[in-house]
Amino acid sequence: MSITPEQLRYCDSHEWAYVADKSAGIATIGISAFAVEELTDLVFMALPKIGQTVTAGSEFGEVESVKAVSPMYSPVSGTVVEVHSELVDKLESLSVDPYNEGWIIKVKMSDPAELDRLLDWDAYKKQCNH
Amino acid sequence: MSSQLSATPLHAWHQAHGARMAEFANYEMPIQYAGIVAEHHATRNAAGVFDISHMGRLRFDGPRADQLLDHLLTRRVIDMQTGQVRYSLVCNEEGGILDDVLVSCLESPSGKNYFLLVVNASNRAKIVHWLQPHLADFPDVEFHDVTDATAMIAVQGPKAIEICQPLLPASALSLGYYRAKVTEQMSKPCIVSRTGYTGEDGLELIVKAEDAPRVWENIMMSGREMGVQPVGLGARDTLRLEAGMPLYGHELDETIDPYQAGLGFACNLKDRNFVGREALEQKSKGDILSKRVGLVLDGRRAARQGANLLDSDSRVVGQVTSGSFSPTLDKPIAMAYLHPAVAVVGTTLDIDIRGTSVSAAIVPLPFYKKSSSL
Repeated sequence: MSITPEQLRYCDSHEWAYVADKSAGIATIGISAFAVEELTDLVFMALPKIGQTVTAGSEFGEVESVKAVSPMYSPVSGTVVEVHSELVDKLESLSVDPYNEGWIIKVKMSDPAELDRLLDWDAYKKQCNH
Repeated sequence: MSSQLSATPLHAWHQAHGARMAEFANYEMPIQYAGIVAEHHATRNAAGVFDISHMGRLRFDGPRADQLLDHLLTRRVIDMQTGQVRYSLVCNEEGGILDDVLVSCLESPSGKNYFLLVVNASNRAKIVHWLQPHLADFPDVEFHDVTDATAMIAVQGPKAIEICQPLLPASALSLGYYRAKVTEQMSKPCIVSRTGYTGEDGLELIVKAEDAPRVWENIMMSGREMGVQPVGLGARDTLRLEAGMPLYGHELDETIDPYQAGLGFACNLKDRNFVGREALEQKSKGDILSKRVGLVLDGRRAARQGANLLDSDSRVVGQVTSGSFSPTLDKPIAMAYLHPAVAVVGTTLDIDIRGTSVSAAIVPLPFYKKSSSL
């Protein structure tokens, strides 16, 4: 099963969230292809630890390119239950497939209703093309 | 703000070729085309072409132009021969660095000598303003800011000379390092100098603004088979950092003196007088307060300007002035000012990168030196 960008919800700041199973209440979080393209030449990613609390709209990690460091903001609030720590050593997979191989963390949501405040694909796409 | 941005004569080319543009020194400049790392490697392995038209170009004519510049620059000018280029600093009376510049002694087609000063884009307005009272003391020297009327293109890399071969006369291609001459490109005037800001061999060309797009296209066409790439300011910065070259606003500013910056070679104190000389003489004899060093960091994370350096007792002993991931070394590198007691090659220190401590070793500058097999 491969996730497509149309299935995701987005922040203005280019992070996405995907909920495979609503009853489990777990969101997979990553950054969009647009963000990866904008950043280019990724060299480092700082990730949170399992068990850490994240808040919607707050920084959960950072991604660094040759040029600059950019914070990554969580689309939802909750507790980190999984971290894709191998990603740090293969950041190039973010350029190949940011929505599957390039997932970053999984969060057990404390308020799933926050998902409704995120942009859908059409709205997000419009924002990127402004 | 954005409506006031200047554009170089090559602006349309950059936009048409997918450059990511951003403001730099009040110009809208290409930051990258294919990507910083790809452009960086192209310059190290083949050649890169850079639009550096934002750099300030100041022309001084008249028999006393050399005396005026000798009075303003830390480097001796009066003994410069036609065709020579020198790296120099402009200091204030306190010995702080106002700018770092290249001064060239050129001969016009009519056979008259003149001087060209290439200043940093970010300092051009400041320098032109600062020049005014000195120009008033030399009313016979004719001064022209020719920045807007001209464009400047750098061709850098091991293939740079070969790429320029079909475009320039042999006398321009055989120029020695830090030599320059007024010549022609396709029968249009062109100043060529064997200089650059990448650590590679190469040329810098100054042409009339209206000729710039054609010269740029000629270089791109001539270099296509050899892997030439347009290079933006992003890779220009990583290239100069690897080459250990200071950048104004990072390693250099008015609070830094040439000796701290490791640029004592650019100060000729003997038998001459110039703005800032007395202060520099004192500084050359006194204790150096801090020293510019190179650092190689552990891990993949770069330290950026302003990151603190800590000794083993967690005391702040210096600050990073430039830092980036080095595409050639495949490691993060940085330049920093350090307390002289710890500024010793081989010493390991900690850098505070936004709250995380990263180990860094002091290494000799430059980080990268081109192989001498030319």
